[in-house]
Amino acid sequence: MQVEGLIAPPSRLNDFWRAFAQNRGAVLGLVLVVFLVGLALGADVIAPHSPIEQFRDFELAPPFWDHGGSLRFPLGTDAVGRDILSRLVHGTRLSLLIGAISVAISLTLGCILGLLAGYFRGIVDTAIMRLMDVMLALPSLLLAIAVVAILGPGLINAMYAIAIVLLPHYVRLARASVMAEAGREYVTSSRIAGASALRLMFATILPNCTAPLIVQATLGFSNAILDAAALGFLGLGAQPPTPEWGAMLASALEFIQRAPWVVTSPGLAILVTVLAFNLTGDGLRDALDPKLRRA
Amino acid sequence: MLRFVLRRLALIVPTFFGVTLLAFALIHLIPGDPVENISGERGMDPARRARLLHQFGLDEPLPVQYARYIGHVLRGDLGQSLTTHDSVAREFATLFPATVELAFFALLFALVVGLPAGVLAAVKRNTVADYAVMGVSLTGYSMPIFWWALLLILFFSVQLGITPVSGRIAVQFDVPSVTGFMLIDTLLAGDLDAFRSALSHLVLPTIALGTIPLAVVSRMTRSAMLEVLREDFVRAARAKGLPRWRVIVVHALRNALIPVVTVVGLQIGLLLSGAILTETIFSWPGVGNWLIHGVQSRDYPVVQGGILLIAGIVIAVNLVVDMLYGVVNPRIRHA
Repeated sequence: MQVEGLIAPPSRLNDFWRAFAQNRGAVLGLVLVVFLVGLALGADVIAPHSPIEQFRDFELAPPFWDHGGSLRFPLGTDAVGRDILSRLVHGTRLSLLIGAISVAISLTLGCILGLLAGYFRGIVDTAIMRLMDVMLALPSLLLAIAVVAILGPGLINAMYAIAIVLLPHYVRLARASVMAEAGREYVTSSRIAGASALRLMFATILPNCTAPLIVQATLGFSNAILDAAALGFLGLGAQPPTPEWGAMLASALEFIQRAPWVVTSPGLAILVTVLAFNLTGDGLRDALDPKLRRA
Repeated sequence: MLRFVLRRLALIVPTFFGVTLLAFALIHLIPGDPVENISGERGMDPARRARLLHQFGLDEPLPVQYARYIGHVLRGDLGQSLTTHDSVAREFATLFPATVELAFFALLFALVVGLPAGVLAAVKRNTVADYAVMGVSLTGYSMPIFWWALLLILFFSVQLGITPVSGRIAVQFDVPSVTGFMLIDTLLAGDLDAFRSALSHLVLPTIALGTIPLAVVSRMTRSAMLEVLREDFVRAARAKGLPRWRVIVVHALRNALIPVVTVVGLQIGLLLSGAILTETIFSWPGVGNWLIHGVQSRDYPVVQGGILLIAGIVIAVNLVVDMLYGVVNPRIRHA
């Protein structure tokens, strides 16, 4: 029976939200993320033009606040007369998709490998972790370039490359969490109750390791978007006319003197998106687990 | 200490072989084989193809090929570039000083600006100064440096016209390469104008490459300082009546430096990643630029050798940092 005036203990979600909302930067980041997701989902409706339609009479039109600009192309047009705002909006969809897919691949594989390594230890552990050490020995962009060199340039291959680059972080996290949890009493009791290895790993242990993985996944989003843009910029990721931000920057290079707006806006879009995920990730980390520290 | 060093060295060996395996696999995983890549579009008659396969040893079983590859690597032979027909190892050695010079100044920039900024943010915690430093640091950390480099060029080179856009030195200077480090070579040649030109070419790439390490350093310094400032020995130093700056710089900062130095050492991979982009934008003749050209022109020996060498360097530097950390902090050594 509920006693009048007695306050119910805060639910876990409430508790989390209170901790998260204390960090103004994190809230700002989350608002930005929601906004970007909205842009990505509604790109077809929001973008004033098609991202690949070429208005040949309006090549390198300046943005509306500049002399000679018009509201028809609010952020101006690029060298072949494509509306930059529309390309940026569609680019949001691409970038978030790249982030989501590469993080999803990486997180899934990383959890499986990390669980296997942490649960079975011994030779399995050694084999997996030595492989991860090799991958960590390579600078992230270099590893991505190596993978793209093997698979060939392109948006899809860039996603695979980024998923591979991100992988060691999830494996290490999952392994460390599993090793910390495996000796706990609830795991032992579950084992005595006859749970199989698979059930122990995925149903008993994994749900208790989610906090660091969620944080790493959010921060992984920003790494993925940044690396994808870098690959696109180097001509190894998305290929023209795909409205990917990095590729947009690369094709704008020769017009940097005549039309600086073709260079400034795609970069700003990358910066804001990466910043949004970093802010959110930092906030999540503080709210979910104050013990976690970013290196 | 010796045991610690030996254990770390033992851990390196499998990692190094793993990297060679990766580099070896690279050639065999690419679509088509190297012979096909040489022949290009024109195709090649089967007899010549078989002869070339035999000449490159590509008709032997993979383990044999790998063993021979390791043999070559250990003798420092990384093959020849398909485009210049020069030894990959020699090309790397010629270009590497340019990358080191750039990375060194980027790191120096990060430390010279980042350490004081981090200390300031920690001492003035929760003030405007703190928020400003942290805001700039977070922005720097999220910065796509290829775009940042373009903005720097746009502002300093195009608008103000005070810095050169690309390269290591103006074309009219011809400085004999002694050390490979342009600043040192120009001084050795006694050519001050050339030195000034080389220095002005370094400014923008240094800022571009140094920005992310700067963000990391100032963030780390702040959090390490905040921790140390709470310690009893800092309170004791203050209670003794020492001047405030002395407590901060001598007592607190010196102890806060340990984690910062470690993080800086581990930035070397990040720095080389950034160097690839920075060098591409500023046409800086270093290994990053060379590697990207290798990838774009499908010069696989260059890609293979470059990846192997860069990974080797990162492993070696991480090892040295690890050991230095062990020297500074005995707790790690016995863990």
